[in-house]
Amino acid sequence: MALFTQSFIITLFLGAIAAGIPLLLAGLGEQLSEKTGVLNIGLEGMMLFGAYTGFLVAWSSDSLALGFVAGAAGGMVVAALMALLCVRLGLNQIVIGIALTLAAEGLTALLHFVQFSRTYPRLDGVPTLPLWPLSEIPFVGPILFNNNVVFYFAIVLVAVFAWVYRQTNLGIALQAAGDKPAALDAAGVDVTNTRTMAVLVTGALAGLGGAYMSIVVAGVFVPFMTHGNGFIAIVLAMLARGRPLWVLGGALLFGGSLSLTTALQVAGVDIPTDVIQMLPFAMVMLVLLVAGRKAALPVALGESFVRGSR
Amino acid sequence: MQALDQAPAALAATPSGAPVVALRGVTKRFPGVVANDDVTIEIRSGEVHVLLGENGAGKSTLVGMLSGLQQPDEGRIEIDGKVCVVASPKQALAMGMGTVFQHSMLVPSLTVTDNFALGGPWWKRPDRAGIAAGIRDTARRLGLRVDPQALVSSLSLGERQQVEILRALMRGSRCLILDEATAMLTPHEAVALGELMRRLVAQGIAVIFITHKLNEAIAYGDRISVLRLGRKVGEIDPDALRGASESENIERIIALMFGTSEKGESVRRVQVSRRLGDVVLTVEGLCCDAGRVPVRDISFSVRSGEILGIAGIDGNGQKELAEVLAGQLPRGSGSILLMGSEMGGASVGERRNRGLRYVTDDRLGEGTVGTFPVATNFLLKDIGADPFWRGGIERPQEIRLQAERHVRDFDIRTPGTQTPVGKLSGGNIQKVLLARELTGAAEAVIFAKPTYGLDVNNIRTTRKRIREAADSGKAVVLISTDLDELLELADRIAVMDRGRLRGIVGNDDDARDAIGRLMSAGDDE
Repeated sequence: MALFTQSFIITLFLGAIAAGIPLLLAGLGEQLSEKTGVLNIGLEGMMLFGAYTGFLVAWSSDSLALGFVAGAAGGMVVAALMALLCVRLGLNQIVIGIALTLAAEGLTALLHFVQFSRTYPRLDGVPTLPLWPLSEIPFVGPILFNNNVVFYFAIVLVAVFAWVYRQTNLGIALQAAGDKPAALDAAGVDVTNTRTMAVLVTGALAGLGGAYMSIVVAGVFVPFMTHGNGFIAIVLAMLARGRPLWVLGGALLFGGSLSLTTALQVAGVDIPTDVIQMLPFAMVMLVLLVAGRKAALPVALGESFVRGSR
Repeated sequence: MQALDQAPAALAATPSGAPVVALRGVTKRFPGVVANDDVTIEIRSGEVHVLLGENGAGKSTLVGMLSGLQQPDEGRIEIDGKVCVVASPKQALAMGMGTVFQHSMLVPSLTVTDNFALGGPWWKRPDRAGIAAGIRDTARRLGLRVDPQALVSSLSLGERQQVEILRALMRGSRCLILDEATAMLTPHEAVALGELMRRLVAQGIAVIFITHKLNEAIAYGDRISVLRLGRKVGEIDPDALRGASESENIERIIALMFGTSEKGESVRRVQVSRRLGDVVLTVEGLCCDAGRVPVRDISFSVRSGEILGIAGIDGNGQKELAEVLAGQLPRGSGSILLMGSEMGGASVGERRNRGLRYVTDDRLGEGTVGTFPVATNFLLKDIGADPFWRGGIERPQEIRLQAERHVRDFDIRTPGTQTPVGKLSGGNIQKVLLARELTGAAEAVIFAKPTYGLDVNNIRTTRKRIREAADSGKAVVLISTDLDELLELADRIAVMDRGRLRGIVGNDDDARDAIGRLMSAGDDE
């Protein structure tokens, strides 16, 4: 078929990775907070705010590294609100999560309008860091081993999280916080602090994922640019059943279908754009239909912890 | 984990007979209730000390204070003769008080080993091999078999309890508190737990065993303290317990628990004096396939003032029969006549209006709304009815007056008529249901396992209410899995088996044998 030219396939793969990294970062974060029992619906808002702060700082300081740090910090600010309202004050996690997402959307759109609506500044491309000699492997090398720092960080993070969950006391405590918080409390570990920490890390990762979208993928901040990525990441985390490697697989799968939309448009397929752009979300529903029934969620997910109540 | 190192010390025999823990004059109040009133109890090492009492006697509050969840308002707790404040569960553990709660405190998605590692310094890797070795070692010493690698969710409730006992001991507990430990266990597991308790005290551990089951208290206990309405009403020491026969002990404990020496108000069938009236409820050829167990070809009739018992092993279609009669399941075929008129097609509400009442066995699930106040639960089936509503507007005064009347008449122990019904004990929830279903113009009442899960005192009250319902001329269908209950109350007893009625016998002297024959016969399918 004429569709599957070399350029189409390379566009698809590169696109899958570019679109998958934000999903991976946010999904790993969501997985962490879900493990401790916090359903973080505000993920989309954290990504979007991170995308904005990341772009703003990278543009104004002319430092991409500072931009990534600022993106993580931006996501963390939204997460701190979430932690305060839901974990410490025990408000409803779903309502607060939706509110935070809407607030982040409105705030970043307004700030963007005030600052950039006339100039539309762009960032230059992000330099890659070839991992010689792996980067010389044909086809795979340029895609996997000649990439940017955040990409490597995200991949390493998968291994780090898997190790923490399986091999450390911290991993045991995180699991207990979501499945039987009373048992963790009885063991002398503060459930509220454990969850707060998890939510803050989630915010940082989601913010970094958002910054990756604005700084690396787009080079520009556009209002609402996260475009449902946060919600897809929530689905990923739920389907991954606590396993970081599954988040990686899912992120690449969904990243692939996101990039397919671009690739199909590039290839000039004669299908309305709107239909093509529906693909990733149709994919979410399809995967949920097939695998959603088996999703094993923590017992205490979405419930705030009060000592003495069972 | 430093706690592991203490384990041998904990198991070493301490001088038997010295009080490890003592509560002296302890009082604990909750809004509207005195849960514990001036209770003094001494727990000695090498003894199983049973705390016995009916639901709501204050056993759980006592456990809460010993395990650091609650603090006494008055009185003091002494550990090894020194006055202590047990401010938190962690502190209780540090003082050697290990509690195994009725509901498991293990993380189901973790292995046994990881549950033991829970709470270690977060930056470290758990010493899984060391912990597993410790578990095997302690388990062997106690004659238990525990697989440290097993996921807790794959263990039975009895095994989980053993794991929790092990954990408490490995954390250095000298006094083990078992809160309603046998409530969730199969009979076989309960016996195994009893044997384990005996082995524990033989190693010098003090055990506090909380239960409301008399036979367990006598079988496993060295010393029995009886609680009643928050007060300690008596204690039987080891010599007295061993010196007396089992029936003497039972009699003595019942006298302490209920304040009277009688075992049951009526021994058997005092209802003969009742006069039966006209037929009220007639069921003919009733079939229903909508429930879990299909109900086939049920026919019977009940007269005014009569109690028809329905016996059978649980799950043979009794629940389905009750729900078809009440209108909660659709009738397949057959007829249901109340006072001679057909009502097989009527809705639940219509049946109620025409005088059919149903007291469900699922008291909190479908019988009441746990978060609604007691007063509202009295009216769940009369929403919008006169005189509690006028033209769609609620009339709080009427509702309150009725609620107060019910609370008084049915002796419901509740802080107030606005208390959510879910906060009451099981026996009091049943009284709320009875008050709702037995007042007003009832013609026929269906009881589904009315005394299931209640303590002795509430069983007695409920049976009295059933008898009164019949005495006042109602037709009563009493579904029960307790044959003695049916023999005590019913005029006739039907036997239900695999969805069919196998026969109806009069409640005379050889009813028990006749029912037994009906239950074991009937392999005609």
